[in-house]
Amino acid sequence: MDNAQLLISGLANGCVYGLIALGFVLIYKATEAVNFAQGDFMMLGAFVTIGLTNTEYMGLPFWLALPISLGIMGALGYLLDRLIIRRLFGESQTAVVILTIALGFVIRFVAGLIWGHEPQTLQNPLAGKEVRVGELVLGMEDVAVIIVTVALTWGLYVFFSKTKLGLAMQGASQNQLAAYYMGIPVKRVQGFIWALAGIVAGIAGILFAAKGSVDPTTGLLGIKAFAAAVIGGFGSLPGALAGGLIVGVIEPFASRYIAAGYSQIAPYALLLAVLIFRPNGLFSQVRVKKV
Amino acid sequence: MRIVFKTGYMQDIRPWKDRYQLGLYLILLAVVVAAPWWLDEFYLGELTNVLIWAIAGLGLMILTGHTGQISLGHAAFLAFGCYANVILIEAGVPFLIAFPLAGILTGIAGVTVAIPALRLHGIYLAIFTMALSILMDDVIVLAEPITGGVAGKYLGGVEIFGHLVDRWATPDQFFWLVLIVAVLVTLGYINLLRAPLGRSFIAVRDSEVSAQAMGVDIAKTKTISFALSCAVTGWAGALMGLYAGAFNNETFSVLISIQLLMMVVIGGLGSIHGAFLGAVVIGFLPQFLSISKEYIGAVVGGSTVAIPGLEFGIFGVILIGFILFEPMGMYGRWLKIRTWFELFPFYRKDMFKRQKSYLKTERLR
Repeated sequence: MDNAQLLISGLANGCVYGLIALGFVLIYKATEAVNFAQGDFMMLGAFVTIGLTNTEYMGLPFWLALPISLGIMGALGYLLDRLIIRRLFGESQTAVVILTIALGFVIRFVAGLIWGHEPQTLQNPLAGKEVRVGELVLGMEDVAVIIVTVALTWGLYVFFSKTKLGLAMQGASQNQLAAYYMGIPVKRVQGFIWALAGIVAGIAGILFAAKGSVDPTTGLLGIKAFAAAVIGGFGSLPGALAGGLIVGVIEPFASRYIAAGYSQIAPYALLLAVLIFRPNGLFSQVRVKKV
Repeated sequence: MRIVFKTGYMQDIRPWKDRYQLGLYLILLAVVVAAPWWLDEFYLGELTNVLIWAIAGLGLMILTGHTGQISLGHAAFLAFGCYANVILIEAGVPFLIAFPLAGILTGIAGVTVAIPALRLHGIYLAIFTMALSILMDDVIVLAEPITGGVAGKYLGGVEIFGHLVDRWATPDQFFWLVLIVAVLVTLGYINLLRAPLGRSFIAVRDSEVSAQAMGVDIAKTKTISFALSCAVTGWAGALMGLYAGAFNNETFSVLISIQLLMMVVIGGLGSIHGAFLGAVVIGFLPQFLSISKEYIGAVVGGSTVAIPGLEFGIFGVILIGFILFEPMGMYGRWLKIRTWFELFPFYRKDMFKRQKSYLKTERLR
């Protein structure tokens, strides 16, 4: 029974990691770059929603604040691409990596300036409610996190594999020049994907803030989400979710069954092991490079 | 404008271009050697710090700037070098043996890391090294009997030929020690770049496929690059430990790794000057910020409250500015300015324009 409880809380945590990893994968799928600031995006999404909803700030009703904050996050993602990332078009991936790391610092600094450095929680209608399944007691937030994450992953997966725009995005990532020739507006597609990543980060932030408290350094959680994305292989949306769940489930079990001090190593050790033995992730999509 | 007439092949690979350039660097060296006489103690300490960062930057530059392997985990090697040095000294090994040995041990550690890292590219390598850097923190805590764990270690000065060299008691001597290491590493680096090994590093950076076609053994080259880079970083770490005096698992956090990478990017990837210029920015930014905050506070009349995270925030903005407007870093900007003056009326805007490379993935889906 205990283990089942651990499993559920691990799954809920894993979903948050999975959502951040989903953001990585989205951007990686469309631009072959990794947004190292995705965790900070999530933190920003959480704070934007807190700023709109919580009574000490604007005090809007939760269900009204939700679409507004997602809109803000989407707009931020789009503007980021429009104003900064797009200028790096044609530069190496390393430039984007370093740029997003720097961006993470700036976002953390700005969030600290606006909302302070104290941990805060989101006041939401689900707080404190419970669901009982047999002897299991599940927090309503945990259930919501799991449901939303699975639905979102499935939706994005369908979007990428079935719709015209999703296929255009894949094309743009696989060969930018060829995609241009085929009439895909590569730059606009990129802007759209950054907006989408912003929205996903917003959703992750809202779910995270509903589950626990956020402060400006919460974004460093993104490092654990790297583990999730790497395990999933960076190019696969369901893989990202699976990776997130693996990392999320391993954490509570490790802290329960492995000696203290060793347990927090578990996700990173797993990450290293995956990178060493399966350098392209468990769900690999890469073959040998041809000239 | 100076025109160098090359009359022999040896002249082409000489470390300096002409006597004028050599003289300039010798003057710079003389000025820096004399620093204890013309700088007060505080700024001498800061200059020492900058030099130590520059050595670490040189270490990372070998790997990231010249071999093209991005590393977000060099703080782990700083820590390794620092602890190796201190543990050897505590075991009774004299500093003059312990210090080089610390670097060599770090180099060996680098090779063991390089072997799994050989199969990784770009982002995967960045994440791999980042995870290493995070793990190092926990490893230091777990290896408490050797490393002192959370309580950390303390090292108050070292003896060289019975002569005490310490950051606080004899800052002049400590500065010279750091300077000697920096100069030796730089000379070694210059020499490396004109040797076949250094050229194969650059070949691997520019295109692995073409390097392989030219007969460069990629695995071997990358491994050597890791070893050299980590050895130099280890020395920087050992000096950092001496400079800080006391250190524990949190001294060399993953933030230091990121800072180090940003430093070489700001300075200019792929140039020795870049490591030094970046180190100057990193070293003096905190001082500059606190001074300018006081100044603004005095002029505007506001209070000089500490803003947490300001340093990293400003740092991030500077970095974004560099990546957008001057991807070649401070050294690249300097090159452009110099070329403008050298060619005075004939400088063209697109002279340093880089070829764009459009993305082509190796993924199948």
